[in-house]
Amino acid sequence: MDNDTPDQGSGEAPVRVVLAKLGLDGHDRGLKVVARMLRDAGMEVVYLGLRQTTETIIDAVEQEDADVVGISMLNAGHLTLGPRMVEALSQAGLDVPVIIGGIVPDDDRPAMAAAGVAGVLGPGASAEEVVACVQAACRRC
Amino acid sequence: MLSSVSSADVEPIGRGVGHRTVDQLVSAARGGERRATARLLTLVERGGETASAVADAIWPQVGSGGTDAHVIGVTGPPGAGKSTLVAAWLTQLVAAGRRPAVLAVDPSSPLTGGAILGDRIRMSEASAAGVFIRSMATRGHAGGLALAVPGMVRVLELAGFDPVVVETVGVGQVEVDITSAADTCLVVVNPGMGDAVQANKAGLLEVADLFAVNKSDRPDAADVRRDLELMLDLSDMTGHRRPGVAERPAVISTTATTGAGMDELAAALDGHRDGLVSSGALHDRRRQRWRSEVRSHLAERLRRLADATVADLEPKDNRSPNALVEDLIASIFEELVEDVDSRCDRGD
Ligand SMILES: Nc1nc2c(ncn2[C@@H]2O[C@H](COP(=O)(O)OP(=O)(O)OP(=O)(O)O)[C@@H](O)[C@H]2O)c(=O)[nH]1
Ligand SMILES: [Mg+2]
Repeated sequence: MDNDTPDQGSGEAPVRVVLAKLGLDGHDRGLKVVARMLRDAGMEVVYLGLRQTTETIIDAVEQEDADVVGISMLNAGHLTLGPRMVEALSQAGLDVPVIIGGIVPDDDRPAMAAAGVAGVLGPGASAEEVVACVQAACRRC
Repeated sequence: MLSSVSSADVEPIGRGVGHRTVDQLVSAARGGERRATARLLTLVERGGETASAVADAIWPQVGSGGTDAHVIGVTGPPGAGKSTLVAAWLTQLVAAGRRPAVLAVDPSSPLTGGAILGDRIRMSEASAAGVFIRSMATRGHAGGLALAVPGMVRVLELAGFDPVVVETVGVGQVEVDITSAADTCLVVVNPGMGDAVQANKAGLLEVADLFAVNKSDRPDAADVRRDLELMLDLSDMTGHRRPGVAERPAVISTTATTGAGMDELAAALDGHRDGLVSSGALHDRRRQRWRSEVRSHLAERLRRLADATVADLEPKDNRSPNALVEDLIASIFEELVEDVDSRCDRGD
């Protein structure tokens, strides 16, 4: 969508990012690190934490009026869960870019992009890469 | 300098919201559309002219008396279990047919302006049950919170939520002020760590209408209860109490993680509201809240005026700073009067 209308508020509003771990188990150490990177770049992170479902993520994105959603998932879940999240958001009428975090083989990236995933971040991504990825996704919304 | 925007000609652009005017968003929010409500919250939070346009559009529908929604402030030391408690209590209210909403405030980092808003971590179940939850950062100067929160509460009232709960960490004066401007103020404390003493220092004892001693599953829960009762005895004797607070606050033991005590808490909160209605104190509190909201906006305008006035000022040998201020105030008012005159001439 276009974003050309000047912000009529007082000053630049921070980017708001919803961060969640989709799926049943695992830990959220990596996601916490990402949260801190984004906060240190001046963004507002709405942190949902572990054991989220597509429904709880959609509710959060809607109520928080988020600009971007970042989802971390277990190995090998990305090919099904990533596109499913994109699809669920768009069915809910929410045109918000999705970034996937996790171990995603290079071969799978084109399929993810084709499914509408706005960005993919591997476990070793630096703070610069993480922030740049969110900013790039945000510009397209 | 004194610009005004009519609500009709502001067009917020949004992701997935499309091009809707403030009036369209307001009527959609009123009809229960959560996305429109969320967008209005964003616009009010951002401040500036669009926020004023939203306020103008909502005010006639809510009015100075407020709605029937019970506005409840929840505060207390960091980690006391406020979010867990609010989530457990509101989930029960949904089951009882109510439509609650929460505005959960967390501090922004003073260094980067960013924030990690973590209250939702404890609220997954409440979210799934249908509680509307909005996280909010304090964003820069503390005055911003005082400006935005009353307007955001009004958006939630317009959207038909009841109760509307505002969670803040009870450390800063602004946070305490905001929570105590609610119809009812609930203070959450914990066993151990001298929470009762901490709450006393932070000025929470005077503003509390109700206390929840949370984490009552801990062995030392009885101690904090006793400390609290002692301090309330003291304030009974010294007469230190918020105006309009006639009764000694009730103290309720809760375990937010198991839901124990939630029924008593809900009953006590409803009871407090009933008391406010029958004594007429609700009206007084809302008038007080309205005054402090107007005061915040006035202070913000004057602050900007002051910033603009001193921006290019050079030191004067013949005027002390104190005397200079008198000159400046006189010239500011002259300018304001001219501004108003010229608008009257144009027939605005
Ligand atoms: N044992 C016990 N733990 C609890 C209880 N209520 C909350 N907790 C735990 O206390 C911790 C903090 O809970 P939160 O609900 O995040 O506390 P908070 O007051 O909202 O925290 P801030 O918003 O960060 O100030 C979490 O680990 C909760 O699980 C309780 O009744 N008993
Ligand atoms: Mg909290």
